[in-house]
Amino acid sequence: MNDILKYLPYKSSFLFVDNITSLDENGVTGDYTLKSDAFFYEDHFPGNPITPGVIITEIMAQIGLVVLGIHLMVSGVQQRGIAINEGSFPLLTSTSVDFFKMVLPEEKVTVTSKKQYFRFGKLKCLVEMHNAGNELVAKGVFSGIIKNAVK
Amino acid sequence: MDRKEILSELKKVLAPYTESKEMLAEINEQTDLIKDLKINSANLVDIIIDAEAQYNIEIDFDAAEKMYNVGNCIDVISEKINKPA
Repeated sequence: MNDILKYLPYKSSFLFVDNITSLDENGVTGDYTLKSDAFFYEDHFPGNPITPGVIITEIMAQIGLVVLGIHLMVSGVQQRGIAINEGSFPLLTSTSVDFFKMVLPEEKVTVTSKKQYFRFGKLKCLVEMHNAGNELVAKGVFSGIIKNAVK
Repeated sequence: MDRKEILSELKKVLAPYTESKEMLAEINEQTDLIKDLKINSANLVDIIIDAEAQYNIEIDFDAAEKMYNVGNCIDVISEKINKPA
């Protein structure tokens, strides 16, 4: 199932997916373990590293929206007018997230996403993140599209 | 349902997606959804889905592609209402 990860356009410091454990046309589950040497911990906050909400949001978007979106497009759930190719990249078009618990360095978080719809190239999902103790960390609604690079 | 009635209902469908409340109040068939109402282009998909529920119709890719201004939206909606699939 981790085969899908080769389609992700992110590299090193901005790749926030380790494993995909469940994936079908209606949803996805995956996990990521926060690295203590990640670039944002030094300054957020000095001497008190806490994962920024924007990074929590990015982890949820990469697993919940981008992995599922790529799966839908490469697995043959084709829609007219949309295509994925070398120059394509995913764009987040709207998000609304509630945060319930802090996430610290080296914590493993699991993201579960349920598709609300995939139409006209837009994917909208309900996404939740839980920590290793299965406590709800964050929950929100995410939408995005695939954009073709402008050359 | 005539074009005026569709327009007044369409106004309600568009309301949650526009920041330009003054433009929405003065909406007419030439009003452009993105340029005039400043709607996030990705939210056009949500507007189509809401319109489907509102009018109990199904909008396909070809019809959706035409729906960039209010007059075109009314064309598509009135055609679908009068010709149920």
